[in-house]
Amino acid sequence: MKPKDTQEHFVLSSSPHAHADSSVSRLMLDVIIALLPTTFMGIFFFGMPAVWTILVCVATCVTTEALCRLAMGRNNTIGDFSAVLTGLLLALNLPAGIPLWMAIVGSVFAIGISKQVFGGLGMNPFNPALSARAFMLISFTGPMTTWLKPFWWRTPDAITTATPLATMKTWFAAEATASATPHGLCNSACCGVPSLWNMAIGNIPGCIGEVSAIALALGGAYLLWRKVITWHIPVTFLATVFVYSLFAGGAPAMMQVLTGGVMIGAIFMATDYVTSPITAKGKLIFGFGCGLLCMLIRQFGGYPEGCSFAILIMNAVCPLINRWTQPKPFGAK
Amino acid sequence: MKTVKSQFKFKGGVHPDYNKELARNQPIEKLATPAELVISMSQHLGAPAKCLVKVGDFVKRGQLIGEKNGFISVCVRASADGKVKAIEKRLGPAGGMADAVILDTTAKEEALAEGTETPTPSAPKGPILPPLDWKTATKEELLKRVEEAGICGMGGAGFPTNVKLSPPPGKRCEYLILNGAECEPYLTADYRVMLERAPRIRLGVEIMRKILGMPAVRIAIEANKPEAIKAMEEAFADIEGNVEIVVLPVLYPQGSEKHQIYATVKRIVPEPPALPIDVGCVVENVGTVAAISDAVELGEPLLERVTTVSGDAVATPKNILAPCGTKYSDLVAFCGGEKIPPAKIISGGTMMGFAVSTLDIGTTKTTSGLLLLSPSRVFQYSSQACINCGRCLRACPMNLNPAEISKAMEADDVKTAEDAHVMTCIECGACSFGCPAYRTITQFCRRAKASIRARMAAERAAAQAAAEKEKQKAEGAKAN
Repeated sequence: MKPKDTQEHFVLSSSPHAHADSSVSRLMLDVIIALLPTTFMGIFFFGMPAVWTILVCVATCVTTEALCRLAMGRNNTIGDFSAVLTGLLLALNLPAGIPLWMAIVGSVFAIGISKQVFGGLGMNPFNPALSARAFMLISFTGPMTTWLKPFWWRTPDAITTATPLATMKTWFAAEATASATPHGLCNSACCGVPSLWNMAIGNIPGCIGEVSAIALALGGAYLLWRKVITWHIPVTFLATVFVYSLFAGGAPAMMQVLTGGVMIGAIFMATDYVTSPITAKGKLIFGFGCGLLCMLIRQFGGYPEGCSFAILIMNAVCPLINRWTQPKPFGAK
Repeated sequence: MKTVKSQFKFKGGVHPDYNKELARNQPIEKLATPAELVISMSQHLGAPAKCLVKVGDFVKRGQLIGEKNGFISVCVRASADGKVKAIEKRLGPAGGMADAVILDTTAKEEALAEGTETPTPSAPKGPILPPLDWKTATKEELLKRVEEAGICGMGGAGFPTNVKLSPPPGKRCEYLILNGAECEPYLTADYRVMLERAPRIRLGVEIMRKILGMPAVRIAIEANKPEAIKAMEEAFADIEGNVEIVVLPVLYPQGSEKHQIYATVKRIVPEPPALPIDVGCVVENVGTVAAISDAVELGEPLLERVTTVSGDAVATPKNILAPCGTKYSDLVAFCGGEKIPPAKIISGGTMMGFAVSTLDIGTTKTTSGLLLLSPSRVFQYSSQACINCGRCLRACPMNLNPAEISKAMEADDVKTAEDAHVMTCIECGACSFGCPAYRTITQFCRRAKASIRARMAAERAAAQAAAEKEKQKAEGAKAN
């Protein structure tokens, strides 16, 4: 038996006394690992500007987080890697050639305004990286929609271009005026739209991390395998985009899924725990809403891309969805 | 009699490390009566027993020392001969203070020497209660025996067994379910009882069947205990009537009454205050069933039980048959002491057990386990904000929204917690177990439940007082 004076040292706590050994930092690290394939593909296609953008965003996000916590007199939370993740996600959602000072402003907005003002991780109503991207799109519209061509250093005379989305947008318009023919579509395809293969590997203009569908799918598979996310949001999101485009006309459905922010949005942005519903049923509604809004904006909105806004709008609806989809207790009537 | 696999998996549940290999293959060992016993008057659910002895009294093994005090209460008997050294408030296994009789068992000889009657030292010890033949005894006699033997549920909650075996008027027991799931990590006491006392369990089942009016019997055992399943199959091979062994999937908390009922007979117990009997079921722990057969056939009240002493800080983990009231320190000494200094001591298992501050605690009828964990097995957390990941929702076997309850209770918002059905929570700990933010969700639920219960009690008292006043007023008016 232990002598009396050391008895005080037994740990006293409420049950359970066992833990699954999961942690917030491990979850964040898993998402970062899942983003590595698309990060490498982005760097492969867009070169050093991509590297700089990523480094600057991550460094600024982490610094902002530390400074905010210090200013608020709260514990330092950079160890949970959520700021690293926000920085990486923001960078992957920016065009490679963006002026670095704009990336800094965006990163400060993401952490300072979108996250810490609300009290930090777990309290923010909107996805920090996405709200920063939306803020930048409105503030710096030109640079935010100027896209480097993949391997731009090989064609020094014309390094920027339109994204396939912008081209695809005109098809909706063409169909609306009823002048589009299969022949016409084919012509447009020849001019501005890359092959499905190039879309799948990411050999298309776009944000650093959104271009390579295969790399994103690989990351998604990793997240599902590690049980970091469930299938509900990505599958309903992508399926809604696909089915909508099947019936709405315009670009082929596969193209709608593979271009722009749909893949990265469905797998990495819409699945953000804090800003998405907590129940399975809620996640299905959320994924459907994201897909529908995204396509409505693509077809009728002023922007060629609607993915970020769609997710942000659904973020706002999230508390309502949670309220509608409360689970029914075992044994309740 | 046949063995079937359960087809009904409940929603949720988790897979903690079972760590049962530590004590699984240790046969039950009997502990010699320790020098001092701490016998609590509150070994069960409900009102504590009323103490019948005073300091200085000599008591005999099996003598009634605590009287049942109310409908939901159980009597307490001395688990050894000895002298009452003190009667004082002592820390119980669940952390609360309760009156306990401190028995000095070494004072036995002295007792006989001082006694006015001439002692008969060589007289063989007879049974404490007259043995009953269950086949000829009436239902009422059997029930009375369960009550006077001081039997309560030995799985953990300690519900008075005679109450459980007397369904209220209008309700009938259709299924008697034997709980042999033992889903708590580390614990192997029920497992050893199933292996070593299978014939006693069989007899207990026959007695209970008689009391309950021949319900169908389901013996529920988790699939990870094939030897126990085999032992039960052998013991029940020639039993008549509707008896099945149901092999349950390995999933925590499979031993929870409601989930066991669902897994075996696919019935769902409604939300509290509904009880299993409302869906025609009575669930009893296998140890309790064996205790019933001892009480009836041998006249032996519930005075001792098997407790698993385990954990990585114990020299030799063991399953010990010890008198109720044995101090934890004596159990640990019987296991060869501590291998390494423990950082945490737990009464019960790691999922629902209670961390205690000392080994100076006596066991009770519900002490299924005592764990000594080294620092490496003790997780130290600093709780973070909820990140809404939904793991607790997916883990909750009651299909609640633990995240919402924990967030509400962080702001002391009991109303929101109540609206989120917190009273349905069974405190199994599955939510906290998987929480990546290390939130003490189960603790928040307990706090909410305690505060709701306190409020309901206050409301009841107020209503009673008002009614009383009304009555007095009416009587006053009549008198005038």
